[in-house]
Amino acid sequence: MTMATGDFSAGTDTPAPLAIDARGLVKRFDGTTAVDGVDLAIPTGAIYGILGPNGAGKTTTLRMLLGIIDPDEGERMVLGASNPQDVARFIGYLPEERGLYPAMKAYEAVAFMGALRGLPLKQGREKARELLENHGLGHAVERQIRQLSKGMAQTVQLLGTLVHEPKLVVLDEPFSGLDAINQGKLEVLIRGLADKGTTVIFSTHVIAHAERLCEGIAIIAGGKVPFAGRVDEARDRIPAQVRLETRRREGGWRAALPNDTRQVGNFWTFALPESGVEPLLKALIEGEAGILSLSIERAGLHDAFVAIAGEAAAKDMVAGEPGEPA
Amino acid sequence: MSTQKHPGGRLSLFQAAYVVARRDFTAILFSRAFIFFLLGPLFPVVVMALAGGVGAQVQQGAGVASVGLAMSAEDNRAMLKAGEALSERLGSAVPPMSELRAVAPGETFDARAALQKSEGQLAAVVTGTPASPHLTATEGSIERWQGVISMIAAQAEGQTLAYPEVATSEVASSAAARNSARINTAQGGQVLLFLLIMLLASMVLSNLVEEKGNKIIEVLAAAIPMDALFLGKLFAMLAVSVVGIAVWGTTAGIVLTAGGVSLSDYAMPGVGWPMFMVLFALYFGMGYLLLGAIFLTIGSQAKTVREVQTLSMPATMLQVLVFFLSSLTITNAGGWIDWLGMAFPLSSPFVMVAHAAMDERLWPHALALGWQALCVALFVRVGASMFRKRVMKSGPQGAIKGKESRRGPVGFVRGLFSKGSAAAR
Repeated sequence: MTMATGDFSAGTDTPAPLAIDARGLVKRFDGTTAVDGVDLAIPTGAIYGILGPNGAGKTTTLRMLLGIIDPDEGERMVLGASNPQDVARFIGYLPEERGLYPAMKAYEAVAFMGALRGLPLKQGREKARELLENHGLGHAVERQIRQLSKGMAQTVQLLGTLVHEPKLVVLDEPFSGLDAINQGKLEVLIRGLADKGTTVIFSTHVIAHAERLCEGIAIIAGGKVPFAGRVDEARDRIPAQVRLETRRREGGWRAALPNDTRQVGNFWTFALPESGVEPLLKALIEGEAGILSLSIERAGLHDAFVAIAGEAAAKDMVAGEPGEPA
Repeated sequence: MSTQKHPGGRLSLFQAAYVVARRDFTAILFSRAFIFFLLGPLFPVVVMALAGGVGAQVQQGAGVASVGLAMSAEDNRAMLKAGEALSERLGSAVPPMSELRAVAPGETFDARAALQKSEGQLAAVVTGTPASPHLTATEGSIERWQGVISMIAAQAEGQTLAYPEVATSEVASSAAARNSARINTAQGGQVLLFLLIMLLASMVLSNLVEEKGNKIIEVLAAAIPMDALFLGKLFAMLAVSVVGIAVWGTTAGIVLTAGGVSLSDYAMPGVGWPMFMVLFALYFGMGYLLLGAIFLTIGSQAKTVREVQTLSMPATMLQVLVFFLSSLTITNAGGWIDWLGMAFPLSSPFVMVAHAAMDERLWPHALALGWQALCVALFVRVGASMFRKRVMKSGPQGAIKGKESRRGPVGFVRGLFSKGSAAAR
């Protein structure tokens, strides 16, 4: 399997060092290949999305990157270390399945997660209180996890992921289960982390989040990565669509329309020709077609996903709208 | 790809184990369940006390079996007098006697009928004359009293025996008494060790179910090595048990001291009391860690509390078997069973506690402790590896859960040794 690793350094003289450099990762379970030769190159400080439907291999890939499981083949470098657990202090991880000790108080849970990553407990408790206050959970600091709502507990776990100020944050389906308001807050939080130079990787099956947040994405389907690179590059895989509305329906100018042109209502739609729209515009004007409207629409990430991964893979994906709950 | 060095990029094994142990220890110590844990040993004591009380009451109600005399009035009197005289020297060996009937000359007395009809404590009847007594009783009572009745009859006949005073010199102990007492100490030590470890085993068995049930396991697995998780959990329970033992020990010490019991009442162990205490504590720690590592591994493979409950029976039976093996070694010191017991890691702490009670040498303990520590490390390693392989297979826990919920007991056992079968994600 081959793929582009994506160049995030466009416009800069030196490429950003890689936070993650994984090559040829393979993982099999009882003869089933869950991940089949995944390559990933994620620059430091990037927000990177791993997109794929349920069962595509996202979680297994993330677990291999974090050292929770070892790959059967391939190698990975995470923050420069071949064994991710050697740099565990610099990593924060929010698993897809959230879990906290129900009897623990909220600030203790955050501090405990920090302690697992090497943050001294006393310092962790102080930071936990501060983080909980700053994220609107000041009233719940002393409450047990079992007394919190699902959303609040999820926030507590997210803060536990961040309390030790990691250099690399890995979030597995972080938007899952959050309402629209909290999804928006999480997006702000992720952007804030990236602004401070933290590398953020998240998996999602909601394309809108990746489209809004990510500089780079990897599309994963059936354990393989058919595309990894910039979001722009993914979109550019399919040409922009031209939408034309004319006053006259017939005329010699029709010969200038590309072969793949479809008529939808009053509109003509077709892929933007490689030669651009100028020759077409000339023909329309000379043929007195009477242009009422003409727009060129760039392909969305969802369309790109369908084009790259196929209709079957896209079936479980959620295109999503800004602010729309997953 | 070139690897960079990241000094301090992760917690060491023991630092990570400490973080886990601290969390577990405080979680258990400040839980309501800990109160029940502390009260646990009290229940058997209460049951034993109640059983003892009931037994004593039954015994009291049952009374003492007595012998009835059915001779002539004169012979009855002579027999009673002789019985009293002999009981001063023979104590309880002489049964209580009473006149059942003064038989007239020529009259016959049906002893069998008297024993059948009697509703009291009558267990035997003596008829005839002191010169020719006849004892009617059950087989056991005849064996027990035939000789004594013969002596009483002889004394009643006037054949007075001379009883010279025996001069006595008391010694604190003898070789036979010391050996016997040390065997008691060894057995006591083994039983105590067994009870303490057994008390903790079921708690260790279910120790990882919480993490799996609450899905915290992935957070832990991503941050620290599984060995650290295992070690942390084992040491947390050890610390909890130390708190428990301190409470129970102090309570028992106060109660026994108030009852006038002291260690000097028991045989001095071979290595002396202070060293015996130290070795007992060390062997308790090792025994617990060895069995605990195995139980934690078995428990970690279980998905639900129900599965843990199913596993607790074979786990307990394993403990009992180990205890029996260890008990056998006490009377086979130096034999092959003794060597087997010392070498087999699970029985080694029990066997060595017995050795500490019976033998003065210390160097075998140094060897045994080293061997046991090595086995603890090995068990933890293997257990953590099995757990890691099984629990973090792939995908969401749900995928694993769905598959495992359908497996039966055979499937579960097979699962312990297989590479797993969770659906890929």
